[in-house]
Amino acid sequence: MHKFLIRSFVSSLVLLFTLTVAAVAKDVKAAFVYIGPTGDHGWTYQHDVGRKAVEAAGFKTTYVEGVPESADAERVLRQLANSGHDVIFTTSFGYMNPTNKVAKEFPNVKFEHATGYKREHPNVATYAARFYEGRTILGTIAGTMTKSNVIGYVASFPIPEVIRGINSFTLAAQKVNPNIKTKIVWAFTWYDPGKEAEAAKALIDQGADVIAQHTDSTAIVQMAEKAGVYAFGQASDMDKFAPKAVLTSVENNWGPYYVDRVKAVANGTWSQKDTWHGIGDGMVVISDLDSQMPADLRSKVKKLQADLASGKVHSFTGPIYDQKGNLMVAEGKTADDGMLAGMMTYVKGVEGDIPK
Amino acid sequence: MIIDINFVGLIIASIMASAVPLILASCGELITERSGVLNLGVEGMMIIGAISGFALMTVTGSLIVAVFGAMLAGVLISTIFAFLTQTLITNHVATGLALTIFGIGISAMIGKNFVGIPGKEFPVLFESLKDTIPLISPILFGHSIVFYFAFALPFMTNYFLKKTKIGLIVRAVGDSPESASNQGINVRLVRYACILYGGAMSGLAGAYLSMIYTPQWIENMTGGRGWIALALVVFSTWNPIKILIGAMIFGGLTIIQFHMQAIGVRIPVQFLTALPYIVTIIVLVVISRDSRKIRLSTPSSLGKSFHKDN
Repeated sequence: MHKFLIRSFVSSLVLLFTLTVAAVAKDVKAAFVYIGPTGDHGWTYQHDVGRKAVEAAGFKTTYVEGVPESADAERVLRQLANSGHDVIFTTSFGYMNPTNKVAKEFPNVKFEHATGYKREHPNVATYAARFYEGRTILGTIAGTMTKSNVIGYVASFPIPEVIRGINSFTLAAQKVNPNIKTKIVWAFTWYDPGKEAEAAKALIDQGADVIAQHTDSTAIVQMAEKAGVYAFGQASDMDKFAPKAVLTSVENNWGPYYVDRVKAVANGTWSQKDTWHGIGDGMVVISDLDSQMPADLRSKVKKLQADLASGKVHSFTGPIYDQKGNLMVAEGKTADDGMLAGMMTYVKGVEGDIPK
Repeated sequence: MIIDINFVGLIIASIMASAVPLILASCGELITERSGVLNLGVEGMMIIGAISGFALMTVTGSLIVAVFGAMLAGVLISTIFAFLTQTLITNHVATGLALTIFGIGISAMIGKNFVGIPGKEFPVLFESLKDTIPLISPILFGHSIVFYFAFALPFMTNYFLKKTKIGLIVRAVGDSPESASNQGINVRLVRYACILYGGAMSGLAGAYLSMIYTPQWIENMTGGRGWIALALVVFSTWNPIKILIGAMIFGGLTIIQFHMQAIGVRIPVQFLTALPYIVTIIVLVVISRDSRKIRLSTPSSLGKSFHKDN
């Protein structure tokens, strides 16, 4: 009994000490600004999964959802900076200028802007994911699995991120199957399940037997399931929505980066940088490969995944030509990040024009 | 491109499927407006129907419970509107807008736990007949019960308003609540009933989206279809058959523009995406341009509060 008491006393002291140390070290508050609702099961949802990882690591977090990319964003940012947040993640391209503007007013608060390129003040960092690496994998699978040689692609808005994805996907598909055609339909929405389903249906009716998407909802993979064609999940693993149709998904995995950066703020080691992580750093994750894919394709994809991760293979390796046949990337060279960040031309083999 | 006759059938079937929520919500709102009440809360009632249907389907596993539950949810939320506008005599426009904002907010709150869950497959009827007759079969067969109901609804609504006594009462209340009241009709009761009916149809339209059309729940998934339904009612000049035409044109152009993109028609995509909105309005305005008929079919007391002094 005596021993038990002493032991519990000592252990509670230890526990108390640990908690105090933890509290001192982790008294960092992180805020997240979202463009959409956390219930979109797409872009914002995945950022919120990342936020929850930060919370699980023992930090306090808050978030504001549905913030328009306008003067409202500035107001929200100022409010968050004023209310004692140490680091603020702004998770949409359009927050670029507001982030830099507010960062100037609050030099002691760290700002992390997703998908942007402006770091005008030492307390602004930027980060993005090389989703195009994931699309190289999808293109390889699509080019191999298609029987009709028509691949459908539901796109959202004509911005470099989306064009880069279409190009990376098409280049990879052409490499394994020079006869494929990529048909692109612009939905002009990031998520509207009804519209996305209609876009996918149109592509399927026109003979596409593999559908890729750069919009967020699960409507497209469900439509593919109904029509008996293949599809790929976007942002999160969508396999359970369409077990037969989904061959794999490209997942956005922000959690490790967020935890890293918030810890860096807590330790005082945070510094400005520009992060562009891909498969190698685990920011872009390829879900399980479906067993409907032939074994040799699966092992080929696994190898490609490893090579993309190690940097042995680059999604944009020359020679790459644009639609008019002009050389974009010379033989043996790879596209640099500057070219990738501003990519607004289709590569050869993509049909149609980019909407202006 | 080869025009395959079955391909045309498939396109028409997808157009009809996309028109279903618009027809349901518009026909419901039409009855509400015919009784003289302007309920701008269609979008809100639809989204409440969408989440209620999806949540009930996930929790109870019963599609019947979910469909009727969604309609009931539409009824319940429209009861708030009815109580405010009919009993407390608040402004219709302001109350309706509030209802939409409320619906979107509360559906997001309830929906938090239902994001990322796949929906169940909704049974379709006459599946086996789908390949029997080219062109016609894909249009007629292999759809859900809600689909068939939606395409019968405009005709039933038309019959109800024109040929039944209750329909006449609804129109009387909408045209001249004072006279109707003097005839011994309980205006408030009729308007309550019409508002709740509108709520039920909007709820069903929402459930169609979250349970049948794209079986899943995500926030704001109605995507403004409630507003389009409202516009259809006005541009169809309160005529259920024209609602059917308008909904088909709207759904049709949305789908055909995707096909045009996929074929590679060189028309600016932004113009194509705007096309459904522009053409639907133009067509409905043109087919309803008879000003005498518009005057006759517009509920004269639309949006005006009726306060009966005892």
